[in-house]
Amino acid sequence: MRWVKKGLVYIILSIAALLIFFPILYAFLISFMTGGELLQGNIFPERFHLENYQKAFDRLPLAHYLLNSLIISLSVMLGQLVVSAMAAYAFVFIPFKGRTLLFFIFISTMMIPWEATMIPNFMTIQKLDWINTYQGLTVPFFAIAFGTFLLRQHFKTIPKELHEASEVAGLSKFRFFIKVVLPYCKTSLVTLGAYGFLTTWNMYLWPLLATNNDSVRTVQIGLKQLQTQEMATEWGVVMAGVIVVIIPTLILLFLGQKQLQKGLAQGALK
Amino acid sequence: MKNVELFNVSKSYEKQKEVISDISVSIEPGEFFVLVGPSGCGKSTILRMIAGLEDITKGSLRIDGNEVNLLPPSKRDISMVFQNYALYPHLNVEENIVFGLDVKKVKKFERKERCMEVAEMLGLTDYLKRKPRHLSGGQRQRVALARAIVNQAPICLMDEPLSNLDAKLRAHMRSEIRQIQRKLKITMIYVTHDQVEAMTMGDRIMILNEGKIQQVGKPIDVYNAPANPFVAQFIGSPPMNLATANINLSKQELSIGGRLKLSIPSNDLQSYQEDTVTLGIRPEYLKIVNSINTKSTNNYLDVKVEHVEVLGNETIVSFQLDTYRWQAKWNGQWNVDVGDIVPIAINYESICLFNSASGHLIKGPTQVENHIIHEVTV
Amino acid sequence: MKSQVELNGMLDNVVKKKKGIWQQSLNWRTALLYLLPSLILFSVFLFYPMGKTLYLSFFLTDRQGEANVFVGLENYLYLLESEAFLKSIKATILFVLYTVPTGIIISLFLALLANEKLKGIGFFRTIFASTMGISVAASSVVWLFLFHPSVGFLNKIIASLGGQGVDWLLDPKWALLSVSITTIWMNIGFTFLIILGGIQNIDEHLYESAKIDGAGYFYQLRRITIPMLSPTLFFVITVSLINAFQTFGQVDILTQGGPSESTNLIVYSIYREAFVNYQFGTASAQSIFLFLCILVVTILQFKFGEKKVHYQ
Repeated sequence: MRWVKKGLVYIILSIAALLIFFPILYAFLISFMTGGELLQGNIFPERFHLENYQKAFDRLPLAHYLLNSLIISLSVMLGQLVVSAMAAYAFVFIPFKGRTLLFFIFISTMMIPWEATMIPNFMTIQKLDWINTYQGLTVPFFAIAFGTFLLRQHFKTIPKELHEASEVAGLSKFRFFIKVVLPYCKTSLVTLGAYGFLTTWNMYLWPLLATNNDSVRTVQIGLKQLQTQEMATEWGVVMAGVIVVIIPTLILLFLGQKQLQKGLAQGALK
Repeated sequence: MKNVELFNVSKSYEKQKEVISDISVSIEPGEFFVLVGPSGCGKSTILRMIAGLEDITKGSLRIDGNEVNLLPPSKRDISMVFQNYALYPHLNVEENIVFGLDVKKVKKFERKERCMEVAEMLGLTDYLKRKPRHLSGGQRQRVALARAIVNQAPICLMDEPLSNLDAKLRAHMRSEIRQIQRKLKITMIYVTHDQVEAMTMGDRIMILNEGKIQQVGKPIDVYNAPANPFVAQFIGSPPMNLATANINLSKQELSIGGRLKLSIPSNDLQSYQEDTVTLGIRPEYLKIVNSINTKSTNNYLDVKVEHVEVLGNETIVSFQLDTYRWQAKWNGQWNVDVGDIVPIAINYESICLFNSASGHLIKGPTQVENHIIHEVTV
Repeated sequence: MKSQVELNGMLDNVVKKKKGIWQQSLNWRTALLYLLPSLILFSVFLFYPMGKTLYLSFFLTDRQGEANVFVGLENYLYLLESEAFLKSIKATILFVLYTVPTGIIISLFLALLANEKLKGIGFFRTIFASTMGISVAASSVVWLFLFHPSVGFLNKIIASLGGQGVDWLLDPKWALLSVSITTIWMNIGFTFLIILGGIQNIDEHLYESAKIDGAGYFYQLRRITIPMLSPTLFFVITVSLINAFQTFGQVDILTQGGPSESTNLIVYSIYREAFVNYQFGTASAQSIFLFLCILVVTILQFKFGEKKVHYQ
């Protein structure tokens, strides 16, 4: 009875996993197929040749796009960590007048959908001459209320005695921040970092607006280009592009899934 | 060694009622001074004001004669041990111990040397590379202690440092802390809610209640002559028994609930002006009357036993007296059952009397079992 | 003991040494220093553009987006009469209804499955969460192929079962549904992770005590899991709603708002109005509308979620 139930759960789990993962698996298989194989309706490629990948990199500066995406995602990640950690520190460890009000203002920024502000933002970037620059793609995303919120949540769990012990020892506010608060909250910083990297890597609308040549274009826009160029004939090449684009984030997710799950749930619910 | 003086120190939050009112006390250099009281009495607040972690609303705090009200904690030449130890979880034991030295820019070589010395003193040498989470409660406590004394600050503040330990370890650490304090000649200000710690560790103790000083003195003096019923009940376990008593000056008589009558020596008569007082007696002075001939006078009472606790070396018997629940403590093991009627004797010499309105002590016990070692051995 | 006079003198000293204004505002200034980066960035890239959007929504603009003619509420009135905008609103609402409940139910089901303590469960959890690591662009491209009328996998399955293939993305009846399916699939990863986190936060003792009382699986699910999970579910619903309102990439890659504007969701509509038609005034009015939708959702979240979800 016990193992019958267990077996049943395994079967349902496997079916669900197959359904969820099928599109990715399928894309992976197609990335090895020639146009002819595709038309025949095969599921498995005849052999695992890398021709489609070769082509994908030939037709587009994909490596350049990948590098752009990496630079932009890392910059946003770092920017968010620094800006959010500083704000969260002020909210938790410095008692000042108007703290509650200011925090409320921070929270209220979560209510403003970024898309509602994109028109003036686009104009700002244009005026700053930041179109087709890294700063145009990164700086607007450095401040996020969610990050401040998540870190504030964790900072608040630091026992106040730790703060007082540092005061007695004569630590300055800044050194306390650097030497105690940040190492203490490593896990939340990792969570926020992974989250920031993931969302930036996957960003679509803003890079579409803020770039109009290849210089800082990201892989996501590259995918759209590839798809428009190759759609008629070479799906294998497009899928090769897809696999190249999703591999970094999938690896990041596989490594940090547990962390992300705990961190996001905490940030969301406490 | 430095002294610490408080002059009329008060504390209130946001113009509300004072949580600390008018505390004045002088703590001598090298003294082990204990602040004791029930939770919420303000003892930690006083300690934190001395540390500089809380602002002083009114009054003056002096260390070695210099007013330090506005000095930040790090400039007050103090070290502090917190109740939850406040160890940095991301640093190992050694890094935790030298954390403050690092900030004070002590040279690396000297840091290492001082750390080793302190670690040796506290038996931490084998654990220096471990993170706090891999230590037992007692070891963490030692690290916190080590961190405090490695600074060589002349004043050490401790805020309930033993309350997270189990009973056995606590007893051990009590004597260890006391020994270290003597050896290093630190001025120690120690906060606890545990009257046993206060009694056993302090050179002097200060009992606080609701932000006010109840009594300051040597533990044994406080025990023998508590300044008021609160101190009487707070210090000592089981607590002192209290009851309302009537004084009849013409009959030279003190009576409790009309049942028990004690005669008042003529010498004492002039010190009583009031009709009713609060009477207090320690449980160990409630003797059982075991021979018929001592029953001749009125100074005993038949009571009905309500609860018995035999602890091996002593027996605690509870009974009802009027509306008060009293406890008696007798040495050794007594075979008493619940419901038994026991005659209890009270000596005029061993009672305390308090003014029933103000609570001030009118009369302390004159006859206490105070043994002096030379007299016994001779 | 000090004399009273001496003591009074000392107290006066204390008062004299009271911190000055500069000292008192020390904390305030330090805090400002730490908050400055956030405040500047929020002002430049959030508060200012939000105000600017509102401002622009009252104007007709030139191709550079400069406000030209003040038209008051005309842009809004125009929108309310514009068939295209009403269609876009209808599509957005339908899209929300298609994606949010389904996505959450599927994720909840997966999370319950993945919460079983079995060997190798970590593998399944990773698989279920995997779509979170896949970008909108990548997912859309993959699904674009799955929906392909002739070589697409979906139609092949239908054909092998003897059915008639569907024009997933080309038929106005199917297009929105197809975009919804893609979106649900994409969101499962995130929703699943959050719900699983919520389930794992439930105190194990509750289940143990229920087991001692002899409660069965579904009883436990109904009386313990779902109620204890309600704050998580509430949060997930809000986030999904907001995400649904903000959908753009799928539409851009799969349908470009077509066929016959059946998938012209609001953000895509804003994008087209502003950056294809250069009508920044009406685009801004639409943005304000989007802002209001999300404001309502957030306010509802705060109002109803506050009791269960603690923000402080």
